[in-house]
Amino acid sequence: MSLAGPAPTGPVVALEGAVVAHGGFPLLAGVTLELAPGTLTILRGPNGAGKTSLLRLLGGLEPLSGGRGVVAGVDLAHGDRRLLRRKVGWVGHEGSFYDDLTAEENLRFAARALGRPGAAVGPALARVGLTARAATAARRLSAGQRRRLGVAWLLVRRAELWLLDEPYAALDDEGRELVGELLVEARAAGVTIVASAHEALAFDGDREVRLAGGRVVG
Amino acid sequence: MIRVALLVAGKDLRIEARSRVLASQVLPFGVMALVLAGLALGPARAGHSGAAPGLFYLVLLLVTLLAVGRSQSLERAAGTRASVATLGLDPAGVFLGKSAALALELVTMGLVLEALAVVMLHVALAGALVALPSVVVTLATLAAAGTLYGAIVGEGPVASTLLPVLALPAFAPLLIAGERAFSAALSRQAEARWWVITLVALAAYLAVGVLAYGVLEDS
Repeated sequence: MSLAGPAPTGPVVALEGAVVAHGGFPLLAGVTLELAPGTLTILRGPNGAGKTSLLRLLGGLEPLSGGRGVVAGVDLAHGDRRLLRRKVGWVGHEGSFYDDLTAEENLRFAARALGRPGAAVGPALARVGLTARAATAARRLSAGQRRRLGVAWLLVRRAELWLLDEPYAALDDEGRELVGELLVEARAAGVTIVASAHEALAFDGDREVRLAGGRVVG
Repeated sequence: MIRVALLVAGKDLRIEARSRVLASQVLPFGVMALVLAGLALGPARAGHSGAAPGLFYLVLLLVTLLAVGRSQSLERAAGTRASVATLGLDPAGVFLGKSAALALELVTMGLVLEALAVVMLHVALAGALVALPSVVVTLATLAAAGTLYGAIVGEGPVASTLLPVLALPAFAPLLIAGERAFSAALSRQAEARWWVITLVALAAYLAVGVLAYGVLEDS
């Protein structure tokens, strides 16, 4: 199955002094970062460093409080964040679904919302090894299976920018291997990937960005 | 917008059909409240007939608050909000879809409670049937208003207690109009004025919701 949408030209992410603040408290305190298409970037840093805030900014889920930024061709300060959101695939470290819908129903909802064919759902479930659990309500899936469903959600989307917050959380060795394979495959297909991670990953990123106190420190 | 509305309404109704939270918790609450209202009035049939429309709508407002909270909670689960936000759904469609699903759920519960009002509060069956269209329109208006106020309240630890404080004053005119329309139906009087008030409120809530739901969600 195809993993990527249309390939972008120029940097997918271009931030200059980006600030995200909540109630006057800066979660990101001036991040400058440029990411080329088809690259895999790993965000590192201690708790509270700003990894999740950076991912949320890139996904159009947090407004830009200061500085400048363009993500997937959308200006973060003046552009339509809703348009940006349609271009990204998001897997947070919590669940990503409606708990009372089955795995298949959740993916069908996402596919229909994005105007994608329902035929994309079956292969996505098969790719993450959840075909046998397609009719199981999301709330009855184990933490690892929910993680896999999150990845299937990405596969259905064909987004040009994948944002993953701790993609290995709750996964067993087999699941980690699967996610690693998919990310490498997606990168090869031209998808730009940004993932935060505490632990060692089974794949090499093109770049590691170290955050501390809401700033890039390495 | 309509495509998104149908998608969201279908999703909300499917979740309710699967979880049965409204059927197993909210509706029984409404039934108990109506039964208690009947007991509080005592056995005198005459007392019931005058107070029945007001008590019926008071119970409907409480049921509406619970149903609105349930409807909003579907979108507030940890992680769900961010994932669904990245689908970039048209907020006007989301508002209309959630309002439509909530309206259908409220009307279903309203029909059960109105039937119970006939039994418990001695409401004349013929009058209750005449009042039915106004009940349906009032509940649709409450659904639109409730969806809007649910988005205003947003998420957070105080959302469930803040919702009644904000929404009940806004619901009050609908309570009055609904009660008058119901009373008018029972006494076979003209009720056009109350219909107009409710329909204007419905149009206003739908217009505000379509225009402002996206801003409320983002804030």
